[in-house]
Amino acid sequence: METEPPILELRGLTKRFPGVVALDSVDLALATGEIHALVGENGAGKSTLIKLLCGGYRPDDGEMWFSGAPYHPATPLDALKAGIRVVYQEFSLLPFLSVAENLFFDRLPRRYGVFVENRTLNQRARVLLERVGLEVDPETPVEHLGIAQRQLLEIAKALAFESRLLILDEPTATLTPREIGRLFEIIRELRASGVTVIYVSHHLSEIFELCDGVTVLRNGRRVASLPISETNGSEIVHLMVGRELEVALAAGRKATTVRLGPPAIEVKDLRFRGSQHGISFELHYGEILGLAGLVGSGRTETLRAIFGADTRDGGEVYRNGKRIVLRNPRNAVKHGICLLTENRKEEGLVLPMPVRVNITLTDLARISEVGWLDGRNEREVANKSVADLDMRVASLEQAVVDLSGGNQQKVVIAKWLFRNAEILMLDEPTRGIDVGAKAEIHDLLRRLAEAGKAILVVSSEIPELVALCDRILVLLRGRLAGEVGREEFNEARILALACGEPAPAGIRRGGSVAGGPSGNAGDRGVPGSSGQSA
Amino acid sequence: MMENDPATSSRPVEAPVPSSATGAARNKRYTLVQRVLREAGIGIALLLMILAFSTLAPHFTDESNITNILTQVTINLIMATGMTFVILVGGIDLSVGSVLAFSAMVGGLVLKTEGLPVPVAIILAVLSSVLVGMGCGFINGFIASFWNVPSFIVTLGMLNVARGAALEVTNARTLFEFPNEFNAFGTASVLGVPAIFLVALALVIVGWVILSRTVFGRMIYAIGNNEEAVRLSGHNTFYYKVAVFVISGLTVGIGAIIYMARLTIASPILGNGFELNAIAAVIIGGTSLSGGRGSLIGTFLGACLIGVLADGLILMGVGDFVRQMITGGVIILAVIVDTYRARFALRV
Repeated sequence: METEPPILELRGLTKRFPGVVALDSVDLALATGEIHALVGENGAGKSTLIKLLCGGYRPDDGEMWFSGAPYHPATPLDALKAGIRVVYQEFSLLPFLSVAENLFFDRLPRRYGVFVENRTLNQRARVLLERVGLEVDPETPVEHLGIAQRQLLEIAKALAFESRLLILDEPTATLTPREIGRLFEIIRELRASGVTVIYVSHHLSEIFELCDGVTVLRNGRRVASLPISETNGSEIVHLMVGRELEVALAAGRKATTVRLGPPAIEVKDLRFRGSQHGISFELHYGEILGLAGLVGSGRTETLRAIFGADTRDGGEVYRNGKRIVLRNPRNAVKHGICLLTENRKEEGLVLPMPVRVNITLTDLARISEVGWLDGRNEREVANKSVADLDMRVASLEQAVVDLSGGNQQKVVIAKWLFRNAEILMLDEPTRGIDVGAKAEIHDLLRRLAEAGKAILVVSSEIPELVALCDRILVLLRGRLAGEVGREEFNEARILALACGEPAPAGIRRGGSVAGGPSGNAGDRGVPGSSGQSA
Repeated sequence: MMENDPATSSRPVEAPVPSSATGAARNKRYTLVQRVLREAGIGIALLLMILAFSTLAPHFTDESNITNILTQVTINLIMATGMTFVILVGGIDLSVGSVLAFSAMVGGLVLKTEGLPVPVAIILAVLSSVLVGMGCGFINGFIASFWNVPSFIVTLGMLNVARGAALEVTNARTLFEFPNEFNAFGTASVLGVPAIFLVALALVIVGWVILSRTVFGRMIYAIGNNEEAVRLSGHNTFYYKVAVFVISGLTVGIGAIIYMARLTIASPILGNGFELNAIAAVIIGGTSLSGGRGSLIGTFLGACLIGVLADGLILMGVGDFVRQMITGGVIILAVIVDTYRARFALRV
């Protein structure tokens, strides 16, 4: 135990949002020069905690102490001044400015207060770039850098501010193993120089390789803070999940009736843009297939590649046994394939337009004759959709922007049913939707599957997939890490697969899990039996 | 099942969800006043303006003055009709003034072709003028959509190209001495209403029907509101985005013929600055510059408002320069009002 006081101490930190307690009385103490992992499922409260630390939110309750003094950041700038800096997953770089300008953007060395002293600027930049091992000319525009280089540049930027607490949010999501190794070296050097690091990651192997301690959040509460040497991967997974979740198979539908018919769609060796690995799977009529994986695992990219919304690097798609060409969404829709994107407001709906217009948008030919809209016909079919899906709308003319999230999602589903889509791919179908509506959407999807639709669901919430699906595929860094059948559903196992933790049953001690982050990729079957020893 | 899985149902979300988005009862009802202001604000403004000028401006209500206003409004109304289509998909067409001149010069040359019977010459002139306009529109639309270039830039280029072409075809000469039958149309009237105004009115009505009653019109509005959602719904948006520029070109071609008939000449410097009047009519008419919202009824009222304002101010003896300043002020005012309307319609 350290004798010196902690550099960061949180006491009873609480943050509430309408309807939810995002962070519930969290205590945390970090020693100077510690690399501390912060883990938890989506929605556990990690992002909220980070936002509180960097001045993005203000706490509703509790106190924060930094360097032995009370710490109340009102704005992100306060946090920077105090020496706390967050390196986000999304980069905050200015693409058309040079590397050096980005590093010192708000403190450019000047002459006469007006002119930028480029020589000094580039010299200072070189020192920082050397520290993070980024070998680029300081005058290179940032737009020419690769993603890994940008990530390193973000860290260099944090160093430029002489930060004392660095928060890294999923820093390896886009890096290759070699780059990850370099990043770890840098983080360790930072630790040696007295910088404290909060490391947010889902990849447990990384945490065991790098961190000194780990804090697990669940449902906004801190469930454990442990030295890394006293825990193991399966314990952390179980702390994150909170329970052994045994799924009742009597979920109202027979899992066995599913795989009788031929597959509705077969995906062979699909590589989405920028992916090195092929993904293959089949989806059957009447089946709900789940796609699990962490941020950056390629879930959304896979769906978009199948739909033709983005270009892909390779792979074939067979529909009812016949190979089909999917170059753009139009092709996909023609073959009865539809995609409900994760941001329905931006990509799924024409927000200012009425419910009626949104429902019929996918197939205007059905409500028109030689280009003339048949208003009565349109109202009839739209009314039928509203009734079938039990949408709560004031009228068909109500703008969808005024609907609740659940009803908006129903409009999106309705518009694809109107087009007679047979394969529904849904990306985060219940994100931002309240509890009651969520259950309704789930019921609706089950009914659609029973009616013979083939459904592919991506969700960050493993419990949602477990409750909904017949089968779950787990993606890890762009490849298939495993497949779990309904009879073997187990939240901890799925999470472990997604985190690259080979098998939750096997116990491995801290340092020994330090292998590459994609250990068991390519395993189609599920290793081990379903009986958990944990 | 789900009931023994509390995590599914009670998981807190990390980001704050605005209560308005989740609240089921967000069926906002606009008050009558708000509705009227939103839908009919421009019509009321026009009525008030007409009332004001009726009392303030001498001879405003004279029949000859009303005819004069309708004649003045005609060309702008025709071009604003096509412009409405372009602006509804979120584009802009700055080239209409120059293309008008180019269309007029080509039409004028055809009209003056030696040896053609007059009716044939007139028909060919109309056709060639319209084709030139549609051709320029197609080029605008194709370049803007295929290479995803802002239409602002493309049509700014076309503004210069078409003006140059208009000057080039006759080497900057002005064409005149058109057939009498042709010139007569410019001053003809039906039941006291100028015939050319009736043409403009017919175009507005046809355009309105297309926008409100056809699949094509539906797509225009949908694309203007959210092109990505339309694309992901399995539609080819390219076709529509080109088509609106062709429609704009079509109205310019018709406008060119009518303008020639009214002026009895065709000059390569015709139509200078017309694009701004057309855009002003569309914007004052309540069509959003970002696309997706607005109507041709609004455009019609907007064009009338600009015409009435100019005419009334002249009758009141307001000088040219001050008049221009006032017109500009009205345009700015309309845009400010539009931002309030947009906020009103989309408070997420």
